[in-house]
Amino acid sequence: MANKRIDEPTGTETVGHEWDGIEELNTPLPRWWLWSFYLSIAFAVGYVIAYPAIPLLNRGTEGLLGWTSRGDLAKEIGLADQARVTVKERLAAVDVSKLSANDALLQQARSGGAAAFKVNCVQCHGSGAAGNQQLGYPNLNDDDWLWGGDMSTIAYTINHGVRQSNDDDKRQSAMPGFAGVFDPQQMTALVAHVRSLGGLQQPNAAGAQIFAENCVACHGANGDGNRSIGAPRLNDAIWLRGSSPAAVERQILNPKMGSMPAWGPRLDPVTVKMLTAYVHSLGGGEAFVDGPAQEPGGKTDVRP
Amino acid sequence: MGLLKSQVGKLMSGPDGHQPQDPLTVAGGGRSKTEVPSSNAAAGLGAITTRQHPQGPPEERVTDKLYEARKQVHNKRIDGPFRRFKWFVMAMTLTIYYATPWLRWDRGPYAPDQAVLVDLANRRFYMFGIEIWPHEFYFVAGLLIMAGIGLFLVTSAVGRAWCGYSCPQTVWTDVFQHVDRFVDGDRNARMRLEAAPWTWGKVLRRAFKWIIYLIVGFWTGGAWIMYFADAPALVHDFWRGEAAPVAYVTVAVLTLTTVTLGGFMREQVCIYMCPWPRIQAAMMDEKSLLITYKDWRGEPRGSVKKARAEPARFGDCIDCTQCVQVCPTGIDIREGPQIGCITCGLCIDACDKVMAEIGRPRGLIDYATLEDCQQEAAGAAPRPAWKALLRPRTLAYLGIWSAIGMAMLFALGTRTHIGLTVSSDRNPPFMLMSDGSVRNSFTLKLRNMTSAPREMTVTLDGLAGGTLWTDRVARESASRHQTVTVPADASQTMRAYVAMPPGSSAQSFAFDLSTEDAKPERVSSETHFSAPEH
Repeated sequence: MANKRIDEPTGTETVGHEWDGIEELNTPLPRWWLWSFYLSIAFAVGYVIAYPAIPLLNRGTEGLLGWTSRGDLAKEIGLADQARVTVKERLAAVDVSKLSANDALLQQARSGGAAAFKVNCVQCHGSGAAGNQQLGYPNLNDDDWLWGGDMSTIAYTINHGVRQSNDDDKRQSAMPGFAGVFDPQQMTALVAHVRSLGGLQQPNAAGAQIFAENCVACHGANGDGNRSIGAPRLNDAIWLRGSSPAAVERQILNPKMGSMPAWGPRLDPVTVKMLTAYVHSLGGGEAFVDGPAQEPGGKTDVRP
Repeated sequence: MGLLKSQVGKLMSGPDGHQPQDPLTVAGGGRSKTEVPSSNAAAGLGAITTRQHPQGPPEERVTDKLYEARKQVHNKRIDGPFRRFKWFVMAMTLTIYYATPWLRWDRGPYAPDQAVLVDLANRRFYMFGIEIWPHEFYFVAGLLIMAGIGLFLVTSAVGRAWCGYSCPQTVWTDVFQHVDRFVDGDRNARMRLEAAPWTWGKVLRRAFKWIIYLIVGFWTGGAWIMYFADAPALVHDFWRGEAAPVAYVTVAVLTLTTVTLGGFMREQVCIYMCPWPRIQAAMMDEKSLLITYKDWRGEPRGSVKKARAEPARFGDCIDCTQCVQVCPTGIDIREGPQIGCITCGLCIDACDKVMAEIGRPRGLIDYATLEDCQQEAAGAAPRPAWKALLRPRTLAYLGIWSAIGMAMLFALGTRTHIGLTVSSDRNPPFMLMSDGSVRNSFTLKLRNMTSAPREMTVTLDGLAGGTLWTDRVARESASRHQTVTVPADASQTMRAYVAMPPGSSAQSFAFDLSTEDAKPERVSSETHFSAPEH
């Protein structure tokens, strides 16, 4: 601290340092500034005592108040859960077939369903619900339904599952295998007829004859299918297990049939309702309900 | 603590920093250098600062203490044109501040009826006929830029007029100083009381004053929260203890800061805490108006009696210190432009009054530019202050300021009150339907930025042969357009499905959103239709 001197114009002492001719005056701080400085030191001490502050070897000090950011998060999650309770109660009270009449509740159900779908359904149906043609998981975005596409039917399928033995009310049906029944000419004719139903090939009388004798009981005379027994529609553009002659023949000789677990026992009814609303909303939903909201105790929300 | 001692440099020399008589050439550190004295308002103008001749013994500044105790300012009552202007600005600003939240503005049944409302909970900002959504926040940014450039404009034209008249710190300090005067009397009485021992009388008087401080502070904080909720309902809830905790916390914090900053710290805020005086010091030049003591006319100082005896020897200043006594920041304007001067003009009022009493021309202390001062000192006739306003720099600021204002008004006038955002599904990108047609799915976000529900029509633009339906209707209702009702002041998400005949190829198209009501509007959003490759 050499070269301290009084600066003549201001009458103030310099701090004694000089940088390229620039000197600094030792102007005293205002007293309140010092007070704020000491106060902030006192605050820091209090903070260190009250809150987690000092890192130790395997964990930090906990602080007298016991505050943690994890605890904050748990509190917020609790609040969010509470906020969802009302939606869940309203969903529980409404009949699934009438859900689409209440637009606001339907939107909430769809959002919840989208989340539940990602947890429970994407393993087979894919994250975009587009299914898998190689493995025969149905695409849920299209308008082709094996068992039906209105709200109640979708909910039933989710609840009871398809061809899985642990539920007595499950969707159940089976197509017999036709291995060894037809000779190669008959087989070619039948495959050609089945493909002609969807417009892929020219129809032929021989194939139509075989189809009428063996297949119409389930698939219908025109190949319309039968949703009550899950018999697929054959006269459309969607082929769950492929449309090539080889794929069709394989399915006739040794049919593969999909199965789905019953979700009723695994998920709560509200989640099933939300999943139903989501799947219904993917683009193929049928039987929309119009008219006034059917929700008991529902109220319209209008700001003052 | 060495750091603390050395923090405040020259520019912070404070209200009683003395100016030198001449630039001094001093030898320091074995080197010769020119010591240009500090002039806070217009640094580098040696010619100006040499004209300051503070009389009397220089104050002892050398101190061994770590801090400098504050000297309480007891400003004297004064009346005059500037004081009256200050009253006027104070009445205006306080009226705007306290009354605005109580103005009503009928927006119908779906929106709040408060004229100015920052609705944080619902993320809306209402200002009379204008409603701003969060994505239009650039309007607020534009307003802030205008406020910034407006300050440049004011500073380049009339110096620190913002500091002197309309800064909240100035206005509330003024309020508190009037409270002081109301409770304790004028300058002399207040000085006596400050020096007096703490008798019961003084305790009661101080308690009474501080209670008034608290009421003023509370009322200030209480008015602030009215901007963020429906004012009448909030007052009702507030006193019943049912308002949100953040309302009470805000009022408590603002009461505390108002009483602390306005009631106790006052000029300390301007001198030590506020960055604005420093920025203004950089924006002012020799052509900016500021309050100047015309030392060539006033010096050397002498009483009326002395001047009568030797008219040739003394200037006009009779050293009555009225200008110092009325100053709300406690500075001596005769020491030249300085950081403590907020240019409120009260010293002009005081000096003009004295000059009138002793029969000398007014304007010994006056608004003038440093350039005019120089010319006047050299013998030119005084130039009216208003002539300093019109100069290229000021006009340029005015031009920029107006251009931004016009651009914002234009944007405000042409903005749409509906909005459409489209995002197409990527998983799966397209879908084969049972009739062989190709379907794409989109998530549409429809915005209705008016305070009434609106019926909107979504139409396919391009995509010949395509049909459109939504998650609210079945495919049987598909057509080229779909109509939906979007609730007031809300955005609504919905899924849209677009199908094309079998064999269609990928192509670009757009969704149009239009309304057919009293104020038809139309927006469009480009997107893409995906299809399998053939």
